[in-house]
Amino acid sequence: MKPAPFAYHDPRTLDDLVGILGQVENAKLLAGGQSLMPMLNMRYVIPDHVVDLNRIPELSHLAESDGLIEIGATVRQAALERSALIAARCPVMQEALGCVGHFQTRNRGTIGGSLSHLDPAAELPGIAALYDATLHVAGPRGRRDVAFADWGLSYMTPNLAPDEALIGLSLTPWREPHGAAFLEFARRHGDFAIVGVACLVALDGAGCVQRAAISLVGVDVKPVRLRAAEVAIAGVAPSAEVLAEVAAMARRLDCLSDTHVSAAYRQRLAATLTRRALALALARAGGGHDV
Amino acid sequence: MGVRYIGAEVKRLEDPKLITGRGRYVDDIHLPAMLHAAFVRSSHAHAKIGDIDVAAAAAVPGVVAVLTAADFGPRMAAAMPQPYAAPVIKQSITQHPLAREEVCYVGETIAVVVAESRPVAEDAAALVAVDYAPLPVMAEFRKALDADAATAHAGASDNLMATLRAQFGDTEAIFASAPHVFRETLSQHRGGCHAMECRGVVASFDPGPDELTIWTSTQAPYLVRRLLAGYLGRDESTLRVAAPDVGGGFGPKAGFYAEEIVLALLAERLQRPVKWIEDRREHFYATTQQRDQFWDVEVAAASDGRILGLRGRCIHDNGAYVPYGVLLPATSLAAFPGPYALACLDIRIDAVFTNMVPNTPVRGAGRPNTAFVLERMADRVARELKIDRAEVRRRSFVRPDQFPYETGMKARDGSPISYDSGSYHACLDRVMAKIGTDFVARQQAARAEGRYLGLGIAAYVEDTGLAPFEGVSIRVLPSGDVVLRTGAASQGQGHATVLAQICAEGLGVRIERIKVEAADTGKFPLGIATVASRVAVTAGSSAQLAAERVRAKALKVAADMLEAAEQDLVIEDGIVHVAGVPEMKVTLGEIARRLAGAPGQPMPAGVEPDLAATAYFEARQTPFANGTNAAEVEVDIETGEVKILRYLVVHDCGRLLNPRLVDGQIVGGVVHGIGNALYERMVYDESGQPLTTNYGEYLLPLATEMPPIEVEHIETPSPLNPLGIKGAGEGGTIPAIATIISAVDDALAPLNVRIAEYPLSPERLLDLIDAAAKAG
Amino acid sequence: MSEKRRISLTVNGKAVEREVETRTHLADFLRHEIGLTGTHVGCEHGVCGACTVLVDGAAVRSCLMLAVQADGAAVTTVEGLARPDGTLHPLQTAFWEHHGLQCGFCTPGMLTSLAAYLEAHPNADEPDIRRAISGNICRCTGYQNIVAAALDAARVMREGR
Repeated sequence: MKPAPFAYHDPRTLDDLVGILGQVENAKLLAGGQSLMPMLNMRYVIPDHVVDLNRIPELSHLAESDGLIEIGATVRQAALERSALIAARCPVMQEALGCVGHFQTRNRGTIGGSLSHLDPAAELPGIAALYDATLHVAGPRGRRDVAFADWGLSYMTPNLAPDEALIGLSLTPWREPHGAAFLEFARRHGDFAIVGVACLVALDGAGCVQRAAISLVGVDVKPVRLRAAEVAIAGVAPSAEVLAEVAAMARRLDCLSDTHVSAAYRQRLAATLTRRALALALARAGGGHDV
Repeated sequence: MGVRYIGAEVKRLEDPKLITGRGRYVDDIHLPAMLHAAFVRSSHAHAKIGDIDVAAAAAVPGVVAVLTAADFGPRMAAAMPQPYAAPVIKQSITQHPLAREEVCYVGETIAVVVAESRPVAEDAAALVAVDYAPLPVMAEFRKALDADAATAHAGASDNLMATLRAQFGDTEAIFASAPHVFRETLSQHRGGCHAMECRGVVASFDPGPDELTIWTSTQAPYLVRRLLAGYLGRDESTLRVAAPDVGGGFGPKAGFYAEEIVLALLAERLQRPVKWIEDRREHFYATTQQRDQFWDVEVAAASDGRILGLRGRCIHDNGAYVPYGVLLPATSLAAFPGPYALACLDIRIDAVFTNMVPNTPVRGAGRPNTAFVLERMADRVARELKIDRAEVRRRSFVRPDQFPYETGMKARDGSPISYDSGSYHACLDRVMAKIGTDFVARQQAARAEGRYLGLGIAAYVEDTGLAPFEGVSIRVLPSGDVVLRTGAASQGQGHATVLAQICAEGLGVRIERIKVEAADTGKFPLGIATVASRVAVTAGSSAQLAAERVRAKALKVAADMLEAAEQDLVIEDGIVHVAGVPEMKVTLGEIARRLAGAPGQPMPAGVEPDLAATAYFEARQTPFANGTNAAEVEVDIETGEVKILRYLVVHDCGRLLNPRLVDGQIVGGVVHGIGNALYERMVYDESGQPLTTNYGEYLLPLATEMPPIEVEHIETPSPLNPLGIKGAGEGGTIPAIATIISAVDDALAPLNVRIAEYPLSPERLLDLIDAAAKAG
Repeated sequence: MSEKRRISLTVNGKAVEREVETRTHLADFLRHEIGLTGTHVGCEHGVCGACTVLVDGAAVRSCLMLAVQADGAAVTTVEGLARPDGTLHPLQTAFWEHHGLQCGFCTPGMLTSLAAYLEAHPNADEPDIRRAISGNICRCTGYQNIVAAALDAARVMREGR
């Protein structure tokens, strides 16, 4: 299981990167390598060129500006896990990161790699969906921003031309007090989720839901927002019945079926985990008494 | 008296090199001018192969050779040998080292590429074009004997490899008159070896003396030597087979593989060393697997729950070829009647061919399968008759006063099989005491909260110390250091430590002075294999005998040298002295020098040269180990998740040589069984394509999901060998599957779920819950 | 024809300079180019953890990194855990004392992983340690003695601070 030969490029600036992308064909971008390297070793992919993003300092920034959290594409999962900024503004991302592989893979794995690889069961795309993140793309034709809703085109296919690279993303943390939760069901710790659910929920002074966001991974080829449920529970006082209704909506999602897991099982998990994650987020928002 | 070693928790001699990165596994061997091989393997489960176009591969820079069977001519004309021929084998079909006309499973070797590096060999292997004409595929072993079944081999009339049968007692009459008879079908699924080190071979040929050396990651170097010498037409004296450090075996490394022949022939042909290291993907389709069985079985029980008899039939998946005789299904059959004193038994096993990876023993061999059958049926009796599961077992076990107990089964030579000793009731009672009487109350309280707790129990008996022998030689060097050699190969069990313990205590030397050399046909003449929990019994007993002989010789010579009476001498820390007179002494090293001889100096009268001895303890009868396991689980009926909360083992493997190492064997074995019960699923589609060929798809147990495992020992020494030893290598695995499934079954009993299969995925568990609800 | 590059890095404190094929992963580089065979290759797809080494102090899968990516880095392998005078790392001692290894194949990855983990989490408890090694597969031990060894080593490391 050794990679087929390839030409290796390790640009030092974003401009160099864009220049290389404009010149090479059949290239793969190497970020943390935690998904690409296995595919190279197993020759599932046989690129002519591997373009390494790891030596471009411009891609590794992590900062808050103008109410946005800006994250460079090569920020490592371990760095996000340890970040005080993420802990303060976006703790649900850290909860999800605890389920991403193992600490050794998080030491290399990057957020840009997760979003570009776009495994249907990966956790971080679910967080990007939860916050309606904006993704920043660069290529020979210049830069563009892509809303996360438009990011996934099909199975493991992001909205990226062959000569483009994801260079970072920005997300808007919720300012008002809220509760958040990420829950997933995987066979073993660190496995890709069969289904994962992320929730944000803010309550008003009366204890009713002010706004909510619910995203699921593993159910479809790309993360799914349960927008109908988010709308339905706005202004409603949380209760077991409300949770059951939301769970029922999750259960009606169209789900993937594969060799290992059926769509019906994914639907059951989607319902159970949505109910549990929302209940947890509500409790953390301070409104858990009635559920 | 010197230091006591036997029974002590001695730290392993093996570890210092392994914890500092100085182990030497096959892939760590680098020889000058070494080449690297990669195999072209069948992508079809069953096909005729036509042209093999190697031109593009041969043209890759760095490629030295691309070879098919035809290229080896008469050197590779024959199919692989049958290591364990037996009249019962109806079709003894073995594969060719490289396929000639037909391939019968995905992964079967077709061609080999040899190159200056492994990556280049893989580059070229990808360019070999094989012309396949697909044939009908048999990938569902339960249907292998159906009248319209596709045959796994093109020329065969059917898929039957062998039928094995065991019978005793008047089954017809007992089943006709029994108060209760219950019938069950049970499905058991194959898993793999998954030693963390894959297989690997380095072959080196020296044309001057015409000597061939093979380093191979094997449990059975002497089997490899015998079969390879036979295949190559080579005298065994010109073939050295050595197992260096081996990174786990678990059964599948006990076989003889195509790659070992191919690498040997390559080294001869190219006159350069050649290395092949199995990669992890290859491991999924190039290394044997085990456990697929389907059972249709009936149990007869008395009104008090006593199990009277068992009858049934098993279809056993043998995979595509017969690389291991019928030894695997035979171990399933021989594991009856377990700990139960049955009045009758009638079991038939049909071993069948399929177009999947051949099956040979994986840790426990056929025994976990049989334990699963016996224990599921014991639980079934308990559930139907509403009798406590432990009580059904107590009433059915062989009683302590019945040992030695003839089970009714017959050995291969027709002699009756007899359990030498055991503690069946004691182990069960101890496990139940540790579980505590409050379990039912806790279970009921949990159910009231919608949580499903379950308790599983399973008992087992294991035949250990398989005949005939493993030899040991012990030699004292002039320095006083001791070299212990054995043919028995180790894959991490700690044999070196245990054998050194026995030697140190038996001879009277400090363990630090002993160096153990094992599993190298160039260093010890004979060996069998590390299988069937046999090395402690066989090699351990031989070490004891060899140490006694060296000791006797040392005392005799020392008496002469010290002019003292032998009976007045003691040996402590390598020094022989007169008891109570420590200054009247001679060291073992000095005795060794005396016995090494010097010009003109005669040997002491009646003593042969060399302070050394070789012993072969012959295991004529089988010591049977036994035990009971229990587990507490919690099932989440919304997700199907099974959490193992607690796991208990009470185990009896006779006298413990090193309790810490025995515990290590038991705990590791239990976790292997938990993997089989809940995680490991080797999926093939209907065309025989393996669908789980990486560790994202094939799930091995991880630290996070494994429970704390409590191990307790009862020591009932075997009367059959000098140290009272019974084997321990597989006792953890054998009951573990049955224990876990029993616990899940118990947890879901209120939902009327009955579990008769493994592995249990969460999704499957929810399906079973749904089905039970529908059945009402 | 496979492309090559010259790289220089530090391995276990020693400067190393070599020409490597760009497709060579770090594990193969360590094992076959500079002869440090203590790092083991168990799956080559990043699941088993046997190949774990420290790169600039962080535990990573060396099969999931190209050797050229380690240009300029400081790499520590299992051979570099003990002190130069041979004094074992507390984890090595604890693995020996607690029978934390059988075949020894997963051991280098366990040791390097835990060395980094305990350095960062000196007060790790049993669940922490089980999570820390959940990316390291052991087929022999059932993990129990590895966990016991790690807890003991953590205590020794705390006391040695």
